Amino acid sequence: MHTFSLSEVKNGLLWKKFSSVELTKCYLKRIEKFKDINAFITICADKALQAAQQSDEKIANGTAKEMEGIPLAIKDLYMTRGIRTTSGSKMLENFIAPYESTVTQKLLDAGAVFLGKTNMDEFAMGSANITSYYGNVVNPWSKDKKLVPGGSSGGSATAVAGHLCVAATGSDTGGSIRQPAAFSGIVGLKASYGRCSRYGMIALASSFDQAGPMTKTVRDAAIFLKVIAGYDEKDSTSVNEPVPDYESFIGKSVKGMRIGIPKEFHVEGVSEEVEESWLKGINILRDAGAEIVDISLPYSKYSMAVYYIIQPAEASANLARFDGVRYGYRAEGAKSLDEMYEMTRAQGFGDEVKRRILVGTYVLSAGYYDAYYSQALKVQELIRQDLASAFEKVDAILTPTTPHSAFAFGEEPKDPVTMYLNDVLTVTANIAGLPGISVPICLDKLGRPLGLQLLAPRFQEGTLIQLGEIIERNANFPSLKEIEL
Amino acid sequence: MIDTINSCNNCDNSVYIETSTGKWEVVIGLEVHAQVISNSKLFSNASTSFGASPNTNVSFVDAALPGVLPVINSFCVDQAIKTGLGLNGHVNLVSRFDRKNYFYADLPQGYQISQYKYPIISGGYIDIDKEDGSTRRINLERIHIEQDAGKSIHDQSPNKSFIDLNRSGVALMEIVTKPDMRSAEETSVFLQKLRSILRYLGTCDGNMEEGSMRADVNVSIHRPGTEYGTRAEVKNVNSFKFITAAINFEIQRQIALLESSGTVDQETRLFDTGTGETRTMRSKEDAQDYRYFPEPDLPPLVLSEERIEAIRKTIPELPDAKTARLQREFDLPHYDATLISADRETADFYERGLKAVNSPSKDFAKMLANWMLGELFSCLNKSGKHITESNVSAENLAELVNLIKINVISGKIAKEVLELMWESGNKAIEIVEERGMKQITSTEEIEKIAKVVLAENESKVSEYKSGKDKLFGFFVGQTMKRTEGKANPQILNEVLKKLLSEA
Repeated sequence: MHTFSLSEVKNGLLWKKFSSVELTKCYLKRIEKFKDINAFITICADKALQAAQQSDEKIANGTAKEMEGIPLAIKDLYMTRGIRTTSGSKMLENFIAPYESTVTQKLLDAGAVFLGKTNMDEFAMGSANITSYYGNVVNPWSKDKKLVPGGSSGGSATAVAGHLCVAATGSDTGGSIRQPAAFSGIVGLKASYGRCSRYGMIALASSFDQAGPMTKTVRDAAIFLKVIAGYDEKDSTSVNEPVPDYESFIGKSVKGMRIGIPKEFHVEGVSEEVEESWLKGINILRDAGAEIVDISLPYSKYSMAVYYIIQPAEASANLARFDGVRYGYRAEGAKSLDEMYEMTRAQGFGDEVKRRILVGTYVLSAGYYDAYYSQALKVQELIRQDLASAFEKVDAILTPTTPHSAFAFGEEPKDPVTMYLNDVLTVTANIAGLPGISVPICLDKLGRPLGLQLLAPRFQEGTLIQLGEIIERNANFPSLKEIEL
Repeated sequence: MIDTINSCNNCDNSVYIETSTGKWEVVIGLEVHAQVISNSKLFSNASTSFGASPNTNVSFVDAALPGVLPVINSFCVDQAIKTGLGLNGHVNLVSRFDRKNYFYADLPQGYQISQYKYPIISGGYIDIDKEDGSTRRINLERIHIEQDAGKSIHDQSPNKSFIDLNRSGVALMEIVTKPDMRSAEETSVFLQKLRSILRYLGTCDGNMEEGSMRADVNVSIHRPGTEYGTRAEVKNVNSFKFITAAINFEIQRQIALLESSGTVDQETRLFDTGTGETRTMRSKEDAQDYRYFPEPDLPPLVLSEERIEAIRKTIPELPDAKTARLQREFDLPHYDATLISADRETADFYERGLKAVNSPSKDFAKMLANWMLGELFSCLNKSGKHITESNVSAENLAELVNLIKINVISGKIAKEVLELMWESGNKAIEIVEERGMKQITSTEEIEKIAKVVLAENESKVSEYKSGKDKLFGFFVGQTMKRTEGKANPQILNEVLKKLLSEA
């Protein structure tokens, strides 16, 4: 039962093959059994069982909604009313959210059951889930060595891959849904900027952050996205664009569709096996009738530079509110206001967060603004134009999701800049506000999952579902049946 | 130290301060923070009401909880557009919000959402009256919208500070002038005029005690004909009196510095209301780097021409236009017209008075102005009341003035009537009739009384006849006294002249 996909669970519940309470108990038991992989920061067993009970009643009386009784895991940067919400930081160790984020509210309204809050890199800053104050998360694919799950949505990826929930929410600022999805052998979809409301998501970089589902199948992602997408008057950057039935894109013919292969994505550091997996995806789509087109995104080589200026700049301001004055951690013993700030932030934030605040503060400071921030905005525009002209020629772009598979703890890059290169293939979508999906394609020689990424024009998530499902169907990816530690 | 202040009111409008070392010219620019009249805050739906218990008008957005997002209050935007139009500024169809980053305990987000590079209003001006009757134009640089911070309270405990976030997120307009003012007096006149226009527009109540209007004052001095001097900025001065005092203190301080071969530092200073002095708050070296950057949570503010035109239609007649019209339509003296127009409530009162009579004549308008600005204002002053709280309504004052004009009562009696009206709230005509205060306009009746007075003062009549003309006033006074002041003075004069010539 625990390996069922969301659509299978949905049917199972409706046909009363099992109840939501049974399902919820099963997952809670598994979460407890595999607590060493540390996927969850907070488990809401009582609330979940209560919600499952209510869902079972609704299923019984025929008032079930789209996700009625489906046990989900929620990344811990979504504000969940009455539930501790930490964003992976000591700063919010005891912070109980007083309101509900729009995305999680939509899930609750659709009848979903929340099992708990998943572990993540602190304030979503990381690509290996090793910056969380609540400890590392272990990739369920670990056999001989303990592998990182990727980040920042490492807890959500692990919870889905390890069957500790049916599906999970992630958030993606530079690759935080797609990269851990690839590392963990699951599907991860980052919606277009403005597609889902950011209200109640603890902000990393406001102009890049976007929600999305992390699921076992592409179909699950389609069902999930339909529930959480839509305009929200509480988020002025969300867009009033109709939400299509994404599931209906599955099975549509791809004959005549044009798939772009950007030559610049054969970047240094992309492993041979990843190149092979890319070719596998190309062949699948070609065999399905799509036309493969070589394209060029000349400015994409500046994506990382642009990303690592704008993202820390916005983060430096977004994280200023964690000052110990109104909520969250406050250091004891300060003798002045400035000292309280210094001590609180020195003790409350981890190293990676401090590093990015420093970088962000630097690139915005007088004398450097023009050289860095202002320049980055200009290049961002060029990258957007790059993609706009590419999408005049193609319907979607296919690339690997990551340059390599998951690495083992202790084998991660020791300098932060090399670590940042984990996002080299994913950041472009965030910079241009485009939707992206990562679909598992194969295992490498070490038995570690690899994923392929599809990008589409803004608000064309349906195209991602359509193409992603074809890759999924033909890849014969050997999904994990049980956690092997 | 300052020997004389020379005002050379020639065309260049220079005002020089002359000391033993020569002349100095003063240059003043203002950044006025005007709180927008609006029921809810700039980016949240929390109430803006003044005087609520601490931290009761605070939404999650105002307290900067994790994950919250600002949503622009379009009414506040309309108010800023209205202000821009009322101050002759250009409304920019596209403007943008920026984050101004700094840490302070009463700034929950750790940044203020403001408009830095692209303000909603560019330019604009206010014409102010000078003593010699000429006007002078004070140009505006820009107006932008931003959110206010909360309040830190340091005087409640010896070792604790408290924060009240009720004000956090309230909409402000920052009105930035060009360095066009040349003296404390001129600055004060400018501010009064600005306040008056904002109140007319209904976009800011101008209430300085409640902090809904505050100013940062930039002052520098230089020798005439040379470049402007280094300016010092005095932060957050919140009354006309303090602004004048702060400027004058700064002028003296800077002259003293420069005349003793020192230099003025570019710095931020605080005005101490206790001592009337300014002191250093932050030097240029400590100047904050606000690290402005575009607010990513808000798209650019895009306005349509239609929206601006719709707002333009709601703008009432403003003081300058009203002054000109009152002068044109009713021949009111510029001084009176300006006084009436200076304050929206006063002008409303006056115009309600005019409307109370059918097609008011110029004479009536002038009399009404005199009675309002003279007698009624002295009643208001004595009782410490504002015109909106007047015991005598505009309509009732107009009726009183009309009674004088149609000779039902004399001006002298009218003063008594007004006092009775003030005390009772009754109408003039009721009081006049009830107390028999109507003027005596019958020639015969006045003649009868005058004859009695002349008969009782035969010797004085002889003296008058023999050339002591001044006694005419005595006869007028005595007769008036007999009629309890009710005789029509003109008729009384004529009657006495006739009787005395016949005597």
